Amino acid sequence: MSQINRISGGLIDRDKTLNFKFDGRVFEGHPGDTLASALLANGQRLVGRSFKYHRPRGIVTAGSEEPNALVQLRRGAHQEPNTRATETELFEGLEATSQNHRGSLKYDLMAVNDLLSPFLTAGFYYKTFMWPKGFWEKVYEPAIRASAGLGRLSGEPDPDTYDKGFLHCDILIIGGGAAGLSAALTAGRSGARVILAEENFRMGGRLIAETLELGGMSGTEWVTETLAELTAMTNLRFMPRTTVYGAFDHGIYGTLERMTDHLSSNEQKPRQVLWRIYSKRAILCAGATERLIAFGNNDRPGVMLAGATRAYVNRWAVTPGQRIAIFTNNNDGWRTATDLTEKGVEVTAVVDTRDGPARVTPSGASVVMGGRIIDTKGRHGIRSLTLSNGQTIPADCLAVSGGWNPNVHLTCHQGGRPVWRDDIAAFTPGDNLPVGMTVAGAANGSLGLAGALAEGGKAGNVATQDIGYSRSNYTAPKTEEEAVGISAFWYVKESRQRSWLDLQNDVTIKDVQLACQEGFSAVEHMKRYTTLGMATDQGKMANVPALAVLAECTNKSIPDTGTTVFRPPYSPVSIGAFAGRSRGNDFRPYRLTPSHDWAVEQSAVFVETGMWLRARWFPQPGETHWRQHVDREVLQTRKSVGVCDVTTLGKIDIQGRDAPAFLNSVYANAFGKLAVGKVRYGLMLREDGIAMDDGTTARLSEKRFVMTTTTANAVSVFRHLEFCRQCLWPGMDVHVISATEQFAQYSVAGPNSRRLLGRLVDPEFDISNEAFPFMACAEITVCGGTPARLFRISFSGELAYEIAVPTRYGDALIRVLIAAGEPFDVVPYGTEALSVMRIEKGHPAGGELNGQTTAHDLGMGRLLSKSTDYIGNTLRQRPGLNFEDRPTLMGFRPVDRSTNLTAGAHIIAKGKEATMENDEGWISSVASSPTLKYSIGLGFIKRGSRRLGDVIRVVNPLKGEDVEAEIVSPHFFDPDGERLRV
Amino acid sequence: MRNSGFKILTEALTGNKGWKANWRQPTPKSAYDVIIVGAGGHGLATAYYLAKEFDITNVAVLEKGWIGSGNVGRNTTIIRSNYMLPGNEPFYEWSMKLWEGLEQDLNYNVMVSQRGILNLFHNDPQRDTFIRRGNAMRLAGADAVLLDREDVQKMCPFFDFNSSRFPIKGGLLQPRGGTVRHDAVAWGYARKGDELGVDILQNCEVQSFMIEGGVCKGVETTKGSIKAKKVAVCVAGSSGRVMAMAGIRVPIESHVMQAFVSEALKPVIPGVVTFGAGHFYVSQSDKGGLVFGGDIDGYNSYAQRGNLPVVEDVCEGGMAIMPMIGRARILRMWGGTVDMSMDGSPFIDKTHIEGLYFNGGWCYGGFKATPASGWCYAHLLANEKPHEVASEFRLDRFSRGHIIDEKGMGAQPNLH
Ligand SMILES: Cc1cc2nc3c(=O)[nH]c(=O)nc-3n(C[C@H](O)[C@H](O)[C@H](O)COP(=O)(O)OP(=O)(O)OC[C@H]3O[C@@H](n4cnc5c(N)ncnc54)[C@H](O)[C@@H]3O)c2cc1C
Repeated sequence: MSQINRISGGLIDRDKTLNFKFDGRVFEGHPGDTLASALLANGQRLVGRSFKYHRPRGIVTAGSEEPNALVQLRRGAHQEPNTRATETELFEGLEATSQNHRGSLKYDLMAVNDLLSPFLTAGFYYKTFMWPKGFWEKVYEPAIRASAGLGRLSGEPDPDTYDKGFLHCDILIIGGGAAGLSAALTAGRSGARVILAEENFRMGGRLIAETLELGGMSGTEWVTETLAELTAMTNLRFMPRTTVYGAFDHGIYGTLERMTDHLSSNEQKPRQVLWRIYSKRAILCAGATERLIAFGNNDRPGVMLAGATRAYVNRWAVTPGQRIAIFTNNNDGWRTATDLTEKGVEVTAVVDTRDGPARVTPSGASVVMGGRIIDTKGRHGIRSLTLSNGQTIPADCLAVSGGWNPNVHLTCHQGGRPVWRDDIAAFTPGDNLPVGMTVAGAANGSLGLAGALAEGGKAGNVATQDIGYSRSNYTAPKTEEEAVGISAFWYVKESRQRSWLDLQNDVTIKDVQLACQEGFSAVEHMKRYTTLGMATDQGKMANVPALAVLAECTNKSIPDTGTTVFRPPYSPVSIGAFAGRSRGNDFRPYRLTPSHDWAVEQSAVFVETGMWLRARWFPQPGETHWRQHVDREVLQTRKSVGVCDVTTLGKIDIQGRDAPAFLNSVYANAFGKLAVGKVRYGLMLREDGIAMDDGTTARLSEKRFVMTTTTANAVSVFRHLEFCRQCLWPGMDVHVISATEQFAQYSVAGPNSRRLLGRLVDPEFDISNEAFPFMACAEITVCGGTPARLFRISFSGELAYEIAVPTRYGDALIRVLIAAGEPFDVVPYGTEALSVMRIEKGHPAGGELNGQTTAHDLGMGRLLSKSTDYIGNTLRQRPGLNFEDRPTLMGFRPVDRSTNLTAGAHIIAKGKEATMENDEGWISSVASSPTLKYSIGLGFIKRGSRRLGDVIRVVNPLKGEDVEAEIVSPHFFDPDGERLRV
Repeated sequence: MRNSGFKILTEALTGNKGWKANWRQPTPKSAYDVIIVGAGGHGLATAYYLAKEFDITNVAVLEKGWIGSGNVGRNTTIIRSNYMLPGNEPFYEWSMKLWEGLEQDLNYNVMVSQRGILNLFHNDPQRDTFIRRGNAMRLAGADAVLLDREDVQKMCPFFDFNSSRFPIKGGLLQPRGGTVRHDAVAWGYARKGDELGVDILQNCEVQSFMIEGGVCKGVETTKGSIKAKKVAVCVAGSSGRVMAMAGIRVPIESHVMQAFVSEALKPVIPGVVTFGAGHFYVSQSDKGGLVFGGDIDGYNSYAQRGNLPVVEDVCEGGMAIMPMIGRARILRMWGGTVDMSMDGSPFIDKTHIEGLYFNGGWCYGGFKATPASGWCYAHLLANEKPHEVASEFRLDRFSRGHIIDEKGMGAQPNLH
């Protein structure tokens, strides 16, 4: 199909033709087109449907404020809902489909909603769908939901990549129109580091959309000349296709750069880049957005903003219609008439709401001063207009100018409130701008070109001087200044037909009036009740006219009515961009243990513990069930020897003269007298007296200790120690540093562990039971001089050691350990076997140290130091943490040994109903013990220690389990610890 | 004025001219029996239940802005009763039951939508704590279902089951969880309260308390002084500031909580999904927007706005769990000031000043509590003793050691 509406001129490249598809039909356009301009060029007026009434919708704007022309762009996993055709650059092979209709775009079955509109007024949902009870859930809501939404997600993972970056600059200029380019000239010439960000793919703003002259040049020529100077500056970063979407604290601006959205295929390059721009100063030159005037059926395709009409005609060489009428309350309407006439487009009428003399009259056009359009005709696009004086005007496009709203959004992101200016009938930036921000040009309410150029240039100079650069010379080019001459006019009262304010969400004047009538007269109430301004355009066009209607209803002025709060983003930003590369396996980094590669070689199965990947078990040929791996690893360790990577446990190096006193205060059990060469188990409480973490601390020398924490609490314990050191006891001579990643650490456990170690510990170190007893530690060397630390501690309940070497030797050490263990049939064991053995032994871990239990609950009351004060000592004594009934840690085993216990099950007395009142505790950890050959559990039960031998029920309503179990000591295995000391 | 099918029909046919204001705009009386400070969900619910359940109608609700301008109009609208501890669970379950009858009670469609809330787990310890929680819920009479990986896959096929950093192992589902249209809750309670005689005073900021001899006798406001037998504070994120005017330091810190909504999309997400390992939760509104959030920003603030680190963190979580949302766009982000208490649980209690009552500490989860909170607060005001399901929500619980710490985070409000 030919481009019937293509006219002469414009900034498009006619030498190249681009083919694209809309709703399956093939069209042609040119480089430089947007999807919207290309559709208009081809005479496609109907492009979508509105949200609620499914009314036909056409293109109304030429920019990011577009409420109507939203399409589903691209196909398959690349499809992208709600994409504004007005911002989409045309590329070869572009495919777009229209949204929100059942059946074809032209014959949308959902359009029946429009007939029901008397029932579907603002807030109708709240008043209805309640009868009969239960129908809301089952009938009405599912139906409403089914018709919700506009575009569609593909349901497939987003195939594109997104990047993130940080940029730092002296001055960020937001917007590359007349004001922004002028600001860039002065700021850039001063030598300051400048970033110029422009939403559009082409710099120039209104300059390239209008026919204004400056300094004897056309707008486009001036832009070209200015860009030549700017792009040559090495201190200026030039960012088209870049939206500054939010102003955040401390001069940080959220910014989205679209890298490949304008290409057919992105060739593996990132689709978009999310920048955080750190600026010393920012100059907002974001221009202004035009608004409609409301009148009957003003929502039909063909109704367009006058400024957009000029942009299409001048920049894109497209006329949105063959016979265009104009409706205006200011001088821009006339400028539109002139531009159209110059391009040879027929203007059928100029209807000006103001009284007074006509300006120029295009030939053949009727001019109606003080005129009112009350209605339009044309189902899928206007054909004619009706005036209040009865006149009918033929038109397939109506250019409307209701005045301009400065784009103050970013000035409000940090709580700033705009102020009303009567002379331009619009809100302008208030005085509480984000720190470091100034505003220039139309965004500041200076709607004329001369004002924008002058303000921009000045703002650039002020900002640079402010931060110590010198002023640059700048003379704004001469222009003809024209007053806006607006006389506020919001809607045509004479219209009997519905008059639209929010085109996407279908909010009409009547809806706003009804909201007001029902008491929703606060502006936020009106917004929320009617949904005005909550569509994808965030009400860029609709908000101010709606305020005017509301103000009238409440007999208040517009400034007294106030505005709703502008929130980021200025225009919508894809979630993918915010996420960047942090997705899939890269969502968070993996922390790998030093034996990881070796474990992979052994076909270990891994498990995520926090960010760590740990070997869970090491399957052997012939084994088919994980229980077989675990049972074998446990039994072999208990029988001979096993090795486990325990590097993930937190390691904190503590040094200083006051280190013993420090430990004495952070641990609840006494540490002051720990001898050099000894290790002690430590229990740490939080300030509030609840158990925080446990671990061991070894004294390597007079002034040096090394603490271990649980894997889960490595960070929080370290943070806590730093807090104690810096804030609570700044006078102490003690330093702490996390050394978790500096040492590889392995547990060597089992009756043969000493023998195994004997094969690698260098001979000058005596590790016999006498020389190196239970809870000894030493700095030693292994394998002929490699430094190591040896601790004789045990989590498994066996004769056991932990051996640590600098991380770079970790891989070698695991191989040496396994080789040295060969004569003993050493097994590597994973976290599951580790857990089974600690449960058999009755050591608390995450399930017990869950941040809710006290030392007494854990059966460790006796450990608490009586002689020293320590963190948590005061608050742990509160009655609520000590009453009789508090559940305490016990062991459990099923009466019927063939049944299993489940962690998370609750404890109920026999014969009692399973209710919360009868709840006596819970099972915190379970294991199938290969040693005991039945299921065992640790858990907390009221008055536990006095109920040894009692039988209770372990109930798990989630799985329908109800098992009788016996209360036993939590130390199932070797309760007296004989095996540790041999 | 009752809403009914007939009313809607007749109004539609007569130009919708007969709808009346949902609440009056009264001038303040010089004195009330009860003044409620703060017309959020909880304040308005309290007024309604005072009037309806306890026959106390000489009540005013004082609001510094417009009703619902605080957190009730900013939250992500999730309701659930999936708590674990006995101090909490019966309260939230009762709230859930009240939600289930609220539309009929208020004759106003607040759009209670019980599409289920799913909490994902990724490893055995997480599963075990979920089982403990789910069982606690069942023991308290609530509903809970444990899902395995296959169940989750059936419910949410769009999750990343192949390449996720934290593989999904299953989830705890509360089928009765869901969402409610948040603004409508404020409006519905206001409308009914007003009908029963409650004065709702907007743009009426409380600036100080009249405290004489240890007794609170009323408040000074931007609309003059108003006396009251009882003054009930219910200001959520402003708790610290307002109570400071009475010389009371509450065990609460104010933090920023952000939330996000995407452009409207055709329905894809069945209910509410929370991805704890990634600090992300999401539901889809009746309009089609993805409504989502994550962690609080983490620093103390009264500014009702947040910053980029959490924005990005939340979206990373979203993309990690459901990479199909990459091409959906965030339409709007906002923040609310949440009243984070020292153990993550709330207060509904008297203060040591006679006649002054306090309700707060709801953290980021008080919306679901709205009906029960209102009822229990009304109960306390009317009967001078706590309602049985709210009997643990006491201000002195820290000194007594009866903390209600669901997450086991301790007295660090930014971690709850
Ligand atoms: C982003 C976000 C998401 C959330 N998501 C959820 C969720 O999904 N589910 C959930 O259950 N909860 C959620 N919450 C929490 C929930 O919104 C709050 O806990 C709850 O709304 C608080 O109770 P409220 O409604 O009474 O508070 P508010 O609505 O904040 O009411 C307090 C009122 O007091 C007024 N006030 C303050 N000072 C004065 C004064 N001096 N004089 C007069 N009036 C005053 C305020 O203007 C305000 O209107 C979320 C919160 C946030 C911020």
